[in-house]
Amino acid sequence: MNTPIIRMSRLIATLFAMLLVASTLIQFVQAPSLRARADNRRTLLDNYSRDRGSIVLTGDQAIAKSTPSPGELAFLRTYPQGELYAHVTGYYSYIYGSSALEATNDALLSGSSDALFYRRLADMLAGKQQTGASIQLTINAKAQAAAHAALGNRRGAVVALNPKTGAILAMVSHPAYDPSVIASHDATAAKSAMETLVADPTKPLTNRAIAGNLYPPGSVFKIVTAAAALTNGTVTETTQIPGPARMDLPQTSVGLPNWDRAACGPNDLTTLQHALEISCNTAFAWVGLKLGADALRAQAAKFGFGDESITVPMKVTASKVPADLNPPQLAQSSIGQYDVRVTPLQVAMVAAGIANRGVVMKPFLVDRVLGSNLDVIDQTVPQQYSQAVSSEVASQLTRMLVAVVDAGTGGPAKIAGVAVAGKSGTAQQGNGLPPHAWFTSFAPADNPQVAVAVVVEDGGNAGEEAGGSRAAGPIAKAVMEAVISR
Amino acid sequence: MTTTVETIQARPRRGIELALTVLALAIVIGAWVNVDLALRGDAPAELATVGGGLLALVTGLHLLLRWRAPYADPLLLPISTLLNGLGLVMIHRLDIASGQQGLDGDAFRQLQWTTISIVVAGAVLWFLRDHRLLQRYTYTAMAAGLVLLLLPLFPVIGREVYGSRIWINLGPMSFQPGEIAKIALTIFFAAYLVQTRDVLSLAGRRILGLTLPRGRDLGPLIVAWLVSLAVLVFERDLGSSLLFFGLFVAMLYVATERVSWIAIGLSLFAAGTYVAYLLFPHVQRRVQLWLDPFSAESIKQSDQLAKGIMGMASGGLFGTGLGQGRPWMTSFANSDFILPSLGEELGLFGVFAILVLYALIVERGLRTALGVRDGFGKLLALGLAFSIALQVFVVIGGVTRVIPLTGLTTPFLSLGGSALVANWSIVALLLRISDQARRPVPDSDGLPSARVRAARPGASAASLSAPAPQARAQAPAPQAGMP
Repeated sequence: MNTPIIRMSRLIATLFAMLLVASTLIQFVQAPSLRARADNRRTLLDNYSRDRGSIVLTGDQAIAKSTPSPGELAFLRTYPQGELYAHVTGYYSYIYGSSALEATNDALLSGSSDALFYRRLADMLAGKQQTGASIQLTINAKAQAAAHAALGNRRGAVVALNPKTGAILAMVSHPAYDPSVIASHDATAAKSAMETLVADPTKPLTNRAIAGNLYPPGSVFKIVTAAAALTNGTVTETTQIPGPARMDLPQTSVGLPNWDRAACGPNDLTTLQHALEISCNTAFAWVGLKLGADALRAQAAKFGFGDESITVPMKVTASKVPADLNPPQLAQSSIGQYDVRVTPLQVAMVAAGIANRGVVMKPFLVDRVLGSNLDVIDQTVPQQYSQAVSSEVASQLTRMLVAVVDAGTGGPAKIAGVAVAGKSGTAQQGNGLPPHAWFTSFAPADNPQVAVAVVVEDGGNAGEEAGGSRAAGPIAKAVMEAVISR
Repeated sequence: MTTTVETIQARPRRGIELALTVLALAIVIGAWVNVDLALRGDAPAELATVGGGLLALVTGLHLLLRWRAPYADPLLLPISTLLNGLGLVMIHRLDIASGQQGLDGDAFRQLQWTTISIVVAGAVLWFLRDHRLLQRYTYTAMAAGLVLLLLPLFPVIGREVYGSRIWINLGPMSFQPGEIAKIALTIFFAAYLVQTRDVLSLAGRRILGLTLPRGRDLGPLIVAWLVSLAVLVFERDLGSSLLFFGLFVAMLYVATERVSWIAIGLSLFAAGTYVAYLLFPHVQRRVQLWLDPFSAESIKQSDQLAKGIMGMASGGLFGTGLGQGRPWMTSFANSDFILPSLGEELGLFGVFAILVLYALIVERGLRTALGVRDGFGKLLALGLAFSIALQVFVVIGGVTRVIPLTGLTTPFLSLGGSALVANWSIVALLLRISDQARRPVPDSDGLPSARVRAARPGASAASLSAPAPQARAQAPAPQAGMP
C-alpha cells in the first residue's frame, strides 16, 4: 500500500501547490488591479483614512481640506467656501467618488502619486502617517468672487485668464452646488443632495465654463472671422465692404438680416472696423463667404477649436466649427451661428491670444504642488499653445476691439482710465428661447493682465445686440477690475 | 510491552514537542496582545485566562502523550495548537470589530470548544490504547457515520442555515454532525477496505490497459456515490458531498492499488456534478460566482467571494498587520472566509505559513501511514490525513477561486465547535497511530532494533497482506488494557 500512499502524497502536493499559486495570484500578481477596482470599498476607506492634501489659493487659503472625523472614515472633506469654488474643486465623496480637481489630481492629493515616492518612503521610515500633497491654484480670489457675485442668480459661466501665462484667474459656473454636502459622511444627506442635483433640469453639476452643453457664440465669433480675414489679406481694416440691412444667401430663399434691420453704413457699405463696432452681420457674412470655409476653420483651429486634448487639468470639451459648410451655412457660421459651438474657456482663449500678441498660452489651474510642510514639490511652467495670429494682426484686432468698447456695442465694459478691448455677442438658440448674452474682453489693452469670457444663458433680447452687451458686459468689467486693481 | 521499549531510548522527541508547543502558544498570545494593542490601545484583560487556559490544556495533552503515547509524532500537537490559536486570535479580532470586548464574543465560545476538543483528544488517547481496536466497530462506525450524516434531514432537530441543511439542534446548542461523520466513515472505510481489498484488487478484467472490477464489486463504490449525492441533493452541501466521495475513492485506490477505481470514481463524480449542475439552480449559482465573482449579476447573488478576494489583495505580500485591516467587510469573515481574513492582515506570507502548517500536518499523517505496520492503520492514517488535505483544498480553493466555493469549515481556524472537536479527534487518532508507527520493533532475535524505515517496498508489502509477527505479538497488550 505504500506505493499508492506515495502517489497520493504527490497528488496532495499538487493540490497545495495550486493553493499557493492561487493565493499568490490574488495577493501579489493581481493585487494592484484588484485594489484599483472602483467597487473596492477597502481602497475607498483607505483613501479616507489618509490625510488628503488641501486645495489652496495663493496665500494658502484652503478651499478644500480634510479634517479628522470620528468613525470608520477617519477624515472628512470640507469646502469652506461652499459653492464659490464648486466647479473648480469638485467633490470627494465616499459614495459618489470624486469630480473636477479632486478627481484629476487624486494621486497627488491622496499621496499615491509616483512623484511623491521618495517622500512616502521618508514618511514611512520616520514612522509618519502618509499624507497627500496640497495643490495651489492660479485662481485670483477677488476675480472669482467678483464673477460669482456679478453672475448672481443667472445661469451661465465666467472664465478669466492671464493672457501672458494661460493661468486661469476665475472659473465660475452657475447654478453651482455645495460640495461639502456631497462629501458629507451622512449618507442620507449626501444621497438626497445628489439626487436633487442630478434631477435638476438646470444641471448644477455641469461646469458650463469648460464642459457645458456647448453654446453658440454669436457675435463674439466675429473676432475669429476678422482674424482670419486680416491674416489671409481678404480685407484690411479700412477696405470698403458691403453691409446691407439684409443679405440674400446663395442657394436659399432665406436672407440673413442685421439685428437692427438697418444697413451698416451709407450706400450699404462699411469697413471691417465699423462692422465690428456695431456688430454688422451682413458684412461679416460677406467676409466669411469671401474667405472660404477652410480658412475660417483653420483660423479657429489655431485658437483651439476642435482640440479634444485640452485639459486644465479637467478635460475641456472641444469647441467646433462644422466641416463641409455650404455657402449659406458658411455665412451663418461667420457670425457665430449655424452649428458653431464654443465653451466660455475657448472664447477666453481667443481674447487672450489676441491680447498676448497672437500667442495663445495653454490654460492651467494648478500653479504649484506643495508638500505637507508647504515646500514646493512642483511648479507649472507656462507653455505656449499656438501662435494663432501674427503680432501685427493681433495689434490691429486689439485696436478694433478697443473701439468696440469705446464707441460700439461694448460700452457696458468701459473702465475709467483703462483701455478695454472687448466684443459682445447675442447668440440665437433657435428654439424660441431668448438668445444667450456673451461678452469677451481683455484689459489693459496695451499691457493685458486679464482676458475674460462671460456667457449669460437666455440673457439677451432677440433683435437687440445691445442686450447681450448689457447683460454680460458688466460681469466682464467686474472681473477685469478685480484683477487690475490688485 | 512498555518497559522494554522505554529502556532503548529510540528518540520519542517529546522535549521538542514541548518546546515547539510553547513556541506556538507564545506566537498565539503575542498575536492576541497585538490585536488588543492595535484595536483598543490596551493589553487585554483576559490575557491570563486565555494564555493560562491554553497553556494548561496543551501541556496537559503533552504530558498525557509522554505517558500514554511516548513515540507519537512530535509536530502534530504544536501545529494544531498554532492553527487553533491563530483562528482564536482572528475570531477575537473580529469580535472587537463588531463591538464585543474581551470574552463576551465568539472567541469565548471558540475557547470553550477548544477546551472541549482538547479534552476529547485526551480522552481518545487515554481510552484508545491501540488503533486496531477500532476494527471491531467496523459496522457500528458505518451506521454511526450514515446516521450522523443524514441526521440534519430529520424534522425537528434538523436546521437549515443559509440554504444548507447540515445543522442539528441539541437543546441550546447546534452541531454540524457531518464533521464527526467524517471520522466515523473514515474508520469504516479503512476497516471495510482492509477486509475486502484482496477481492477488490485481484478480480476483474483487463480492458484498454485498465483492470476493471467485476460488476458486483462495484457495490460499495456505488453506495458511497449515492450517499454523497443524497448529501448534495437533500442537504445542499456541495463541500461535504465532495469530501466524502473523494475520501472514499482515495482510500479505495490506496487499498487496491488499482487506478481503475480512480477512473470510475472520477467518472461517477463528473456525471453526478454535471447532472446536479443541470438540475439545481444553487449549483449553477456557485459555478457562475466562481467564473466571474465581480460581474454585476454575481454581486447581486453574493458579494462575499469578491469581497474576500479584494480583502486578500488589500493585504498584499506583508498584510495590513493584525487589527489594521478590514476583514469584517466580508461576510462569514470568521468561518468560511477566515483564510481571506488572515490573508488580509498577515499578507501572502501569512497565507503561505498557514498552508505550510496544513501541509505539515498532512505530511505527518502520510508519514504515519507509511510507517505503521498494519493495513488498517495505514488506511486510517491516510484517510484522516487526506480528509484534512481535501478539506483544506476545497475550502481554501473555494475562497481563492481554484474551484467553486462550497462552504466547508477551514480546519482548526474556522469558528465552529463540531469542526474543532472533529479536527482535534483526527489529530488524536493520528497521534495514536504514529505512536505505533514510530515505536521501535523488537527484532526476531528478541533485541529491539531501530524503527523500520517506512518506504521499504518489500517490507511494507509483506506487512500488509499478513501482519508481521511483531505486530501480532503486540496486539494482546492493549486489548488487555481496555475496560
